[in-house]
Amino acid sequence: MDSFFSIYVWPGIVMVAQSLLLLVCLLVFIAYVLLADRKIWAAVQLRRGPNVVGPFGLFQSFADLLKFVFKEPVIPAGANKAVFLLAPLVAVLLALSTWAVVPLADGWVIANINVGILYIFAISSLEVYGIIMGGWASNSKYPFLGALRSAAQMVSYEVSIGFVIVTVLLCVGSLNLTDIVNAQHDGLGTRMGLPASFLDWHWLALFPMFVVFFISALAETNRPPFDLPEAESELVAGFMVEYGSSPYMMFMLGEYAAVCLMCALTTILFLGGWLPPVDIWLLNWVPGIVWFMLKSMLVFFMFAMVKAFVPRYRYDQLMRLGWKIFLPLSLAMVVITAFVLKLAGWA
Amino acid sequence: MGLQAIFFYLFAFIAVASAFMVISAKNPVHSVLFLILVFFNAAGLFLLTGAEFLAMILLVVYIGAVAVLFLFVVMMLDIDFAELRSGVLQYAPIGMLVGLIVAAELVVVIGGSVLTPEAAKAITMPIPNPASRTNTAALGDVLYTNYVYFFQIAGLVLLVAMIGAIVLTLRHRTNIKRQDVSKQVARTPATAVEVVKVKPGQGV
Repeated sequence: MDSFFSIYVWPGIVMVAQSLLLLVCLLVFIAYVLLADRKIWAAVQLRRGPNVVGPFGLFQSFADLLKFVFKEPVIPAGANKAVFLLAPLVAVLLALSTWAVVPLADGWVIANINVGILYIFAISSLEVYGIIMGGWASNSKYPFLGALRSAAQMVSYEVSIGFVIVTVLLCVGSLNLTDIVNAQHDGLGTRMGLPASFLDWHWLALFPMFVVFFISALAETNRPPFDLPEAESELVAGFMVEYGSSPYMMFMLGEYAAVCLMCALTTILFLGGWLPPVDIWLLNWVPGIVWFMLKSMLVFFMFAMVKAFVPRYRYDQLMRLGWKIFLPLSLAMVVITAFVLKLAGWA
Repeated sequence: MGLQAIFFYLFAFIAVASAFMVISAKNPVHSVLFLILVFFNAAGLFLLTGAEFLAMILLVVYIGAVAVLFLFVVMMLDIDFAELRSGVLQYAPIGMLVGLIVAAELVVVIGGSVLTPEAAKAITMPIPNPASRTNTAALGDVLYTNYVYFFQIAGLVLLVAMIGAIVLTLRHRTNIKRQDVSKQVARTPATAVEVVKVKPGQGV
């Protein structure tokens, strides 16, 4: 009985506690990311943004949460009820479950699996189902059009994201996210004889892929300028037209969880994860999680700024960018990277 | 036994139950959604056997891409459900025959491995130790060395199929205006703008 406890029960309790802690921190973080998004957007437009609830509007997201939860969910008469309610659940559960494999600092990861990056890629390719199911189950024109747009968009940009990930994996030689960060200890900078620094991270060596990944991440998470599934000037609110109260909130939560994940993934793949920018004792002394958060927030700031000042793409332009520019570019980079690694003997 | 067995029965039960729902659901969109659940549980079963790479590829390829297209097509088509279900009994004998053949094949394969366990030793490739080599790396080891030609041929077949699909559906209309981005970018004020001095009362 003792062994049963030490093999199954205790690790189970630890795992559940870790997951709960991560989820709570993540949800609070997302609340402030949402606020930051609105504040940055407001600042670009010379507005104040939310500033009434709490000091500087810091509790705005929680006020919104209460408002959504206490409203009555309205289900359209013609809707497919089960799928209609399942869709937001799918969206938010998938977006949150990807966080299980993200290493926040050295060893700070719930599931350190061998195929971590594939897991993230697989789960984020499933996120399209929340949107398609919601759009279809609403049984109305605009949601359906929004869902179709979104399905085509997300499938297209996954292709180039896949190739970008392959390029990074070629340089690392492992699918484990912790290994990917550790591989950025040495890179271009150390090969030139410099001490370990931010020049070693993949963003410099694979700069075109960094740009492609950033833009594809915008498209994959339906962020402006690629927010065509919910383009308000054409489709009212796209796949979310018929949603209100808590189901709508779940869609929003899933969307922001996916955005935060893409920021974290950019940090891990290209910005050296929890590694300090320069390898000196003072910066090494700062905990890795702080660097990870700082870098993720920097990426999110770029996400928010893009939202604030880039006009929305037209749908055919979006498809052209994905298939005719990013796909050949990333495919060529895979081949070039493989050749360079092989010829230079670094692989 | 233990946790593995519990998870095996969980995944297997949900997979079989939702496979049944795929063929019995009234609405084709529900059928596809149940099919996705089957794939998902199959990926879970792969994970239990330690085939983590196959599990993830199943998720990416089948659920992330193939099933999306499936759902796309089923949602777009205007299907008359009553008409669709009218011919079910007509196809029942063929369906049963296919099921019987698959069952017989399974019996042959599983029975063979049970009766002659020494047949498994005929594998010429050395099986790497799972502790020292991840199965992603092990798959890569054989796929790009011993089986590189088969791998390339499989890729070629897919390429031909893709080109075939494009050729069959490509319809290039000539009488419409198309956007040529490089042409637009190449335009300069010198070629695009003509400055006209208009005198009052005369027009251009």
